[in-house]
Amino acid sequence: MTAALAPPPGLRRRRRSGLNRGQAVSGWLFTAPVLLILGLFLLIPVLMAAWVSVSDWTGRGSPLSPGVHFIGAQNYGQVLWAGGLSESDFGTALKNNFWYVILVVPIQTVVALALALAVNRRMLRGRGFFRTAYYFPSVTSSVAITVLWLFLFSTTGAVNAVISWFGAKGPNWFNTPAGIFHFGATTGPSWLTSRTALGVTWWDWIGGPSVAMTAFIILAVFTTGGTFMLLFLAALQNLSGDVEEAAMMDGASSAQRFFRVTLPQLRPTLFTVITLGLIGCWQVFDQIYTGTHGDPSKTTLTPAYLSYTAAFNNQQWGQGAAIAFILFVIIIVFTLIQRWVLSEKAVSRHRMAWITRASADAIADVGIVGAPPKGSGPREGSDS
Amino acid sequence: MTTTALPAVGLGNPESATPANSPARRQRWTPGALTAQVLIYVLLIAVAVLYIFPFLIDVATSFKTEPDAAANPLSLVPQTWTTAAYQRLFFNSDFPIWFRNSAIVTLFVTAGRVFFDSLAGYALARLHFRGRNVVFAALIAVMAVPNVVLLIPKFLVINQLSIYDTYAGMIVPLLADAAGVFIMKNFFESIPVSIEEQARIDGAGSFRIFWSVVLPMARPALVTIVILSFQGSWNELAHFIVSTQSPDLTTLTKGVAQLASGQLSQGTQYPLKLAAGAIMTIPVAIVFFIFQRRILNASQGAVKE
Repeated sequence: MTAALAPPPGLRRRRRSGLNRGQAVSGWLFTAPVLLILGLFLLIPVLMAAWVSVSDWTGRGSPLSPGVHFIGAQNYGQVLWAGGLSESDFGTALKNNFWYVILVVPIQTVVALALALAVNRRMLRGRGFFRTAYYFPSVTSSVAITVLWLFLFSTTGAVNAVISWFGAKGPNWFNTPAGIFHFGATTGPSWLTSRTALGVTWWDWIGGPSVAMTAFIILAVFTTGGTFMLLFLAALQNLSGDVEEAAMMDGASSAQRFFRVTLPQLRPTLFTVITLGLIGCWQVFDQIYTGTHGDPSKTTLTPAYLSYTAAFNNQQWGQGAAIAFILFVIIIVFTLIQRWVLSEKAVSRHRMAWITRASADAIADVGIVGAPPKGSGPREGSDS
Repeated sequence: MTTTALPAVGLGNPESATPANSPARRQRWTPGALTAQVLIYVLLIAVAVLYIFPFLIDVATSFKTEPDAAANPLSLVPQTWTTAAYQRLFFNSDFPIWFRNSAIVTLFVTAGRVFFDSLAGYALARLHFRGRNVVFAALIAVMAVPNVVLLIPKFLVINQLSIYDTYAGMIVPLLADAAGVFIMKNFFESIPVSIEEQARIDGAGSFRIFWSVVLPMARPALVTIVILSFQGSWNELAHFIVSTQSPDLTTLTKGVAQLASGQLSQGTQYPLKLAAGAIMTIPVAIVFFIFQRRILNASQGAVKE
C-alpha cells in the first residue's frame, strides 16, 4: 500500500494504471484554484504587457482592440537610444538604482551575518530580546517605515540632532540631490561631463547615490538586516560543531576558523541572501512612491517607479511596459553574474538552471524560518 | 575585538541547544575574555537601541504638538501631551475607512491563501496525477517573475475583467501565492502517509482525507502561511495602487502613503503622519508577538517540519 501511494521511481509507471482514478481528478481539482489565479494574474498579464510594450496603445479602451498597432521596438528605442527625455530619465533611474544595489546588497549581507553570529552565541543572555529587536523592523510596512524615515531625516529631525552633538550640521537629507561621491564638487572635468551614457553624463554616473538616496539606502539596511539575519541564523544552527572544534584543536585562530571553516559552510545561505537582496533592491518602489516621488532632481527615481509613472501618469503605456521588461532582464543578468562570481566550477556548469535553484533555495529558506524576507524582496514578489 | 569572542560561536553542539545560563555550564573567564564579553554586550545593546529607538520616537512624536516635534526630535517625552493627531485621524479623516479596507482584504486573502495553498500543496505532495510535474515546474517559474514587472500588466488584466476599483480586484489576484504552495508541499511530504492510508482504506475520498485528516496535522505550516499572508497583504501597496482609485477602497498603505506626500495636511504634520504609521503597525506587531517564538526560533523544530 505504501508503494502504491508513494512508489519508488521504477515502480511508478507500472502501478499508475492501477492507481485510483479519483486521484487524478482530485489532483487537478485541488490545484485548479491556484493555477487559475496565478495564470490569470501572472501569466496572462506578462503576455499582455509584452504585447503592450511593442504596441502604440495609449491607455484608452482595450490594448487588444483593432485600433492598436504593432510598432516594433520603438518603445524600447525611446527608452534606450532615442536621445530624448525618456532615455535620460531611464538612464538616471538606472544610475540611481545601480548605486542603491551596489551599496545595499553588500552592507545588508554583512550586517545580517554579523547580527546572526552575535545572537547565535550560546553563552548570550537575552538572546530572545536581541533577536526580537533586530527583527522587528522587518515586519513593519514599508509605508510606515518610510513615513518615520521622512521625519527622522528631516532638517530638524533626529538624525541631524545627533549629528549636531558632534558640532556638525546635517544636510537637508531628502532635498539634497548632490551625489555623495562628488564630495561637494558641483562641476567635474570636461572629459567626464561631455560624455554621456543613456543620456546621463559620466560625471553623474560616478557621482554615487544622492544624499536623498543615501537615506533610503540606510532605510533598506535597517529593515532587511533582521530578515536575512534569520536566514543566516537558521543556517548557523544547522552547522555541526565538530569541524569547528577540530579546527580549534588544530590551533586555528578565531578569524581563521570564521573565514576557513564557518563561512565556506554558509555558502548556500550567502548565495540565497545575495540573490534575494539583488532581486529586492532592483525593485525599489514603495519607498519612492511614499517618500520622494523621484525628487530631488530625479535622484531617487528608480526604474520600477519610472515604469509606473510613465504608464499611469503620462499614459506612455508602451514605454512603461518596456521599462518593466528591461528591468526584468537586468534582474536576471545581475543574478547570473552574481551566481557566476560566487559559485564553484561544478555549480557554474549548471547555471542554466539558476532560476529553479535560486527560487527553490529561497523558498525553502523562507519556509524554514517561517518569516519572509523584507525589503521589497521576493516576498512581496510572491504575493502577486 | 569581535573576533576574540568568536570561540563561543559554533561551539555549541546541536543537541544541547538549551540556553547556557545554568551555573554548571558557565566558563571561568580570563580578564581578556571578560573584557571581550562586556564589549560584545555593549555592542549588542547599542545596536538594539539603534533598532528600537526609531519606533519609540514614532510613538512619542505622535503625542506631541507640531512645534514640539520639530524642536525636540529626539525626546521621548512630549512637552505637552496631546491626542490631537489621533482625534484628527479617527474623527476627521478617511482613516477609519482605510483601516476597514485593509482589514477586509487581509482577512479574505489570509483565509484564501491558507485554503488554496494547502489544497494545492497537498495535491502536489500526495496525489498522483498526470501533469503534476509540469504544474510544479510552472509554480517555480512563476516565483521568478519580479512583482514590480507585473504592475502594469496586472492593471491591464484587472481592467479587462472589469473588476477595477472593486474588492474583487483587490482580493482575488492575491488569493494564491506560489511560495505558500511550495511551503505546504514541503510540509506534507515530511509527514508519514500511514494515517492517510488508513482513512483511504476506510473509504474516505481525497478531499475528506485532506480536510479532516491531513489539515489538522498541518498546523505548524498553516501558521507559517498565516503569518506570511497576513503580513504580506496588510503591508501590500503596489497592488492596491494599480487595482483601485476610489477613495472608498483606499487601504491603509495607500492612504498613509498619500498622507505622507502632503494630502490632507498643511505644513509638515509629522505627529499626524507618525500616528497613522504607528496605528498601521499595531496589527502586524500583534501577529509578530503572538507568533514570535515560531518566527525567531528558526532552528528548533521548524527545520524538521
